[in-house]
Amino acid sequence: MIISVASGKGGTGKTLVSTNLALSLKNSHKVMLLDCDVEEPNAHVFLKPALTGSEAVFIPVPRIDEEKCTRCGKCAEVCAYNAIAVLGDHVLTFSQLCHGCGACSYLCPEKAISEEPREMGVVEWGQADGLEFVHGKLTVGEAMAPPIIRKVKEHFNSDGVVIVDVPPGTSCPVVEAIKDSDFCLLVTEPTPFGLNDLVLAVETVRELNIPCGIVLNRAGVGDAGVEEYCRKENIPILLTIPLDTEIARFYSKGVPLVEGMPEWKDNFRKLFDRIKGNSR
Amino acid sequence: MKEIVVLSGKGGTGKTSIVGSLAALAERKVLADCDVDAADLHLLLKPRLKQETEFWSGQVAHIDPEKCTQCGLCQDLCRFDAIRDFRVDPVSCEGCGFCSHICPDEAITMKENLSGHWFISDTKYGPLVHARLGIAQENSGKLVAQVRQQARQIAGERNLDCIISDGPPGIGCPVISSLSGANLALMVTEPTLSGIHDLERVLDVCRHFGVTAVVCINKYDLNEENTLKIESYCASHGIGVAGRIPFDNVVTESIVKGIPVVEYSDGRVSQEIKRLWDGISAIIRNGGGGL
Repeated sequence: MIISVASGKGGTGKTLVSTNLALSLKNSHKVMLLDCDVEEPNAHVFLKPALTGSEAVFIPVPRIDEEKCTRCGKCAEVCAYNAIAVLGDHVLTFSQLCHGCGACSYLCPEKAISEEPREMGVVEWGQADGLEFVHGKLTVGEAMAPPIIRKVKEHFNSDGVVIVDVPPGTSCPVVEAIKDSDFCLLVTEPTPFGLNDLVLAVETVRELNIPCGIVLNRAGVGDAGVEEYCRKENIPILLTIPLDTEIARFYSKGVPLVEGMPEWKDNFRKLFDRIKGNSR
Repeated sequence: MKEIVVLSGKGGTGKTSIVGSLAALAERKVLADCDVDAADLHLLLKPRLKQETEFWSGQVAHIDPEKCTQCGLCQDLCRFDAIRDFRVDPVSCEGCGFCSHICPDEAITMKENLSGHWFISDTKYGPLVHARLGIAQENSGKLVAQVRQQARQIAGERNLDCIISDGPPGIGCPVISSLSGANLALMVTEPTLSGIHDLERVLDVCRHFGVTAVVCINKYDLNEENTLKIESYCASHGIGVAGRIPFDNVVTESIVKGIPVVEYSDGRVSQEIKRLWDGISAIIRNGGGGL
């Protein structure tokens, strides 16, 4: 079973929920946590995994053989990302713009284009106290997160519980991370910002046809907008976490909630039972 | 004209609350919401919409089932697994067009994609350029570039002094698009280990693109030990700490009311944000920090 933990708005508690859910289930299930927030991965801060392997992530970018190239311009014509230009007697490639689709090398009539790997980031894996752990890290200065997310997800192990920590937002990295999930937990907070971004997140998971439920974090301040929305849209609130300075302090120190306050384990196990009751 | 972009790496550190307050404090500016996939600034600034424009960007492949002979070449060659059972999954399609070029039956065409909308609005604090990326769309970086271009144009036409942009979380495509060529990046962080981890990465992005950064530690009293860590990291990297804002529920109350916190309360949070803005405007005025 694959459970993704997403939010729309950043900083609502995705990593809090995904790491504590994983830690609460690890004694009863085979659990794997995939941190797909490859721009700013944080799960390792809490789980402190012993990393046992890593793999660089590359995308294939074109390399032009100037000897064979006749400057016909076919490659520049087919490239949808303006990553190749023919200027006079030279063919220029802009590898930062390349998405690695392979059209240029395949379609070059002279077979003058080969592909060479360009490193975009790294995937690392290991064990964290009985959990299987995988995360990806986008290299600083690189723009494209989805190729790294795809690599992280290649580690999917379908015979247990897989928990996916998703980046914030609603655009392509989010879609890449949550597609193929059996259930998506949406973590939000009871403020107009939380609600605005929750609505966008719900639209996204509905677009992908994934059942969802809500974790309401920092409950007790703010307003009732999120609860009213959930009632109206018939989306279940599966767990409520109060605004509590003790919880915030454990979080700030990188201590998982269920270690700092073990009574929370039971709440996360109940959350899992409710997810099973609501998933497809 | 100077461009200030507010970033954080980690989400939810308080970027939008601070930008909303800077909107109330700064004069002669344009506001830009560059968090195009989860924009919230409008909830504080109450914009009156003046102009709405469709944002067409990128393409999606379309297979004509009448012409398709199900040879499978497109499925074999697509590197994004976007074609299954001779149908295109528009969410996975990257719009590269490879399939349309190689289909022996000419059954695949590329269709222009409506990927969002951008808006120009008036607010009581000045003009606001904002946008909404379509659900599950790509090209957020290009939409951010469009927002910034419009903001620059308005600043030029009205002879305004600065652009204040609310940036997205992360370090990827839309962040790079918000940051490149800006004059100053204000990093809003929080004293948590995740906040620090993410701050260091986004500061590296600033360095990579040659943009001067200053840091504001929000909710600094939540963990003063971590606040000291951030300050010593900044000191050893020559990065100024321009503000330390205490934790106070008044910020959440102001969001619920839809009012920038400096207009909602005159307490410690508001005093600190005013001090923060004085510091930033001095940097801009003096052309310090490489401006």
